[in-house]
Amino acid sequence: MSPPHDTAAAPPAKEGGAAPARPPVESPETLRKRARLSRRWQRDVRWSPYAFVSPFFLLFVAFGMFPLIYTAWASLHTVELTAPTDMEWAGLRNYTRIFDDEFYWNAAKNTFTIGIISTVPQLMMALGIAHLLNYKLRASNFFRVVMLAPYATSIAAATLVFVLLFGRDYGMINWFLGLFGVDNIDWQNDKWYAQMAVSSIVIWRWTGYNALIYLAAMQAIPQDLYESAALDGASRWKQFLHVTLPSLRPTILFTVVVSTIGASQLFAEPLMFDANKGASGGPQHQFQTLGLYMYEQGWVNQHLGRASAIAWTMFLILIVVGIINYVISRRLRASS
Amino acid sequence: MTTTLTKPPADATPEPPKNGRRRLGTKASRAGGQHHAGPVAYIILAVFTLVSVFPLFWTAVAASRDNARLAETPPPFWFGANLFDKLEVAWEDANLGEAFLNTTIVAGISSLTIVFLSTIAGFAFAKLRFRGRGALMLIVIGTMMVPPQLQVIPLYMMVAKLDWTDQLQAVILPSLVSAFGVFFMRQYLIQALPDEIIEAARVDGASSWRVIWHVVFPAARPAMAVLGMLMFVQTWNDFLWPFLVLTQLGNPTVQVAVAGLGRGYTPDQALIMAGALLSTLPLLLVFAIFGKQIVGGIMQGAVKG
Repeated sequence: MSPPHDTAAAPPAKEGGAAPARPPVESPETLRKRARLSRRWQRDVRWSPYAFVSPFFLLFVAFGMFPLIYTAWASLHTVELTAPTDMEWAGLRNYTRIFDDEFYWNAAKNTFTIGIISTVPQLMMALGIAHLLNYKLRASNFFRVVMLAPYATSIAAATLVFVLLFGRDYGMINWFLGLFGVDNIDWQNDKWYAQMAVSSIVIWRWTGYNALIYLAAMQAIPQDLYESAALDGASRWKQFLHVTLPSLRPTILFTVVVSTIGASQLFAEPLMFDANKGASGGPQHQFQTLGLYMYEQGWVNQHLGRASAIAWTMFLILIVVGIINYVISRRLRASS
Repeated sequence: MTTTLTKPPADATPEPPKNGRRRLGTKASRAGGQHHAGPVAYIILAVFTLVSVFPLFWTAVAASRDNARLAETPPPFWFGANLFDKLEVAWEDANLGEAFLNTTIVAGISSLTIVFLSTIAGFAFAKLRFRGRGALMLIVIGTMMVPPQLQVIPLYMMVAKLDWTDQLQAVILPSLVSAFGVFFMRQYLIQALPDEIIEAARVDGASSWRVIWHVVFPAARPAMAVLGMLMFVQTWNDFLWPFLVLTQLGNPTVQVAVAGLGRGYTPDQALIMAGALLSTLPLLLVFAIFGKQIVGGIMQGAVKG
């Protein structure tokens, strides 16, 4: 994030009592009153900003910060769902245990591949759509609103629909592929196809949203950049490569980070894509994500301590991703 | 967009009409918009529109058919006769009446609270000077990166300790704040609220709260409306936390109730589709009415500051 604009760095507030040439007709009574008002006014200016931000921070500390730290504490204990307040010190055992756990690594790998195959095509398509929407267009508002319709659909509803569309025997997608001579695909039980199907739900829901974010950033690019590029003889494609893309870099990095966070937390889609609606992510765990694995450990196997450890490894992975992003964006900025 | 602003008055200087239009076009449109979209662009956009809408449309089609028809190839592409029957059954089976009420309460309370708290905090961050402002804003932005999974376990423990499982306050309380909301309102107010107006109100002797009520809220109304809708959509669609904490089927939200429809060994597909449709309908309605504003709001929030 860029540092906040200092628009509020206005000149120091003008104080009422400081007017230089005041006619000396006022009684000491009114002067005292004025001084008292001025003091109250100063107190107000000084402290009200804190009053305005404190509700957010109080609630945030209670329901955001405290849980975050408490999860770290819980991850060092043996805690069972049946008695969440009985905690027994376990040291790093929860961590060493999950690192030896093949299902943990399986879930980590799945999260990674599903993350890649849902995020990369999604953002690239969003970029292309944003580019098209940035042309002068009839019914541009119609396209924008309609592309946002999937965003209004809940994960639960969308996944249920996609399960039916991806049905092996009577699903519409297999029927459609059949028109081109493709045999029926078992979207739920084959590992790669199942991961593609889960990713397609994510792609469907978020592409339009990301396209709007890119479009907003494209519209903020100064027109003269394109004009001078056109004067230099750059084709439209070259303009896209050398003007649009570089200007969008911060936005692209932002969406990459946000989508990475989203992908790392994938939970409801794989949960409901499973025909048995279990937490294992398919009979062979073929699309179990870390989010789902955490749920399975915590709420199915009732090991809250182990689930906390999984949650913290997810957070650490995100921090690493964040640092990589930061380094890349600095490199890019330095090179340009 | 703002093209209307540059429309010339009827008695504008006589210019060659074609030339005048073109010149206006470049002035009015922003970056990159100087080219008209060709037919290829329209075709691609139409395909994406179709892909976006088809699953929703087909949900309604599937809900209007019976299971035997859904188990045939080719699948149905148009409505059958059963839509309203299935909607009725789904409504009753998933206890959707109660679920709708609960979700409306949850989404209503949390989006209103988020809008209020985000506006006052966003105003403070945008326009007031105070010690620690930069650091606190960094914390706000940083919290947007914390995955909810990290929070659900202790939250669950807290809720269990308070004996709140299967009660709505367990869902409402953690969703009362939104770092995104604070960021969004701050971005908006930086641009939309001139410092002079605040100073003028100050010089007139208005207290901070009066400034908020009489200056900030009126100025922030459009952004507050958009944020409210975004947050409503988000809380309405929230799944993980309600799913964990409302485990007894008596008192779920719409999403948990609809997810429950999919369980069982021989699920009634048409019924599930009817439930999915019902759960999405209110939001689609909101989008149909306020779509343009929501789009504008997302794009507004996207431009970084």
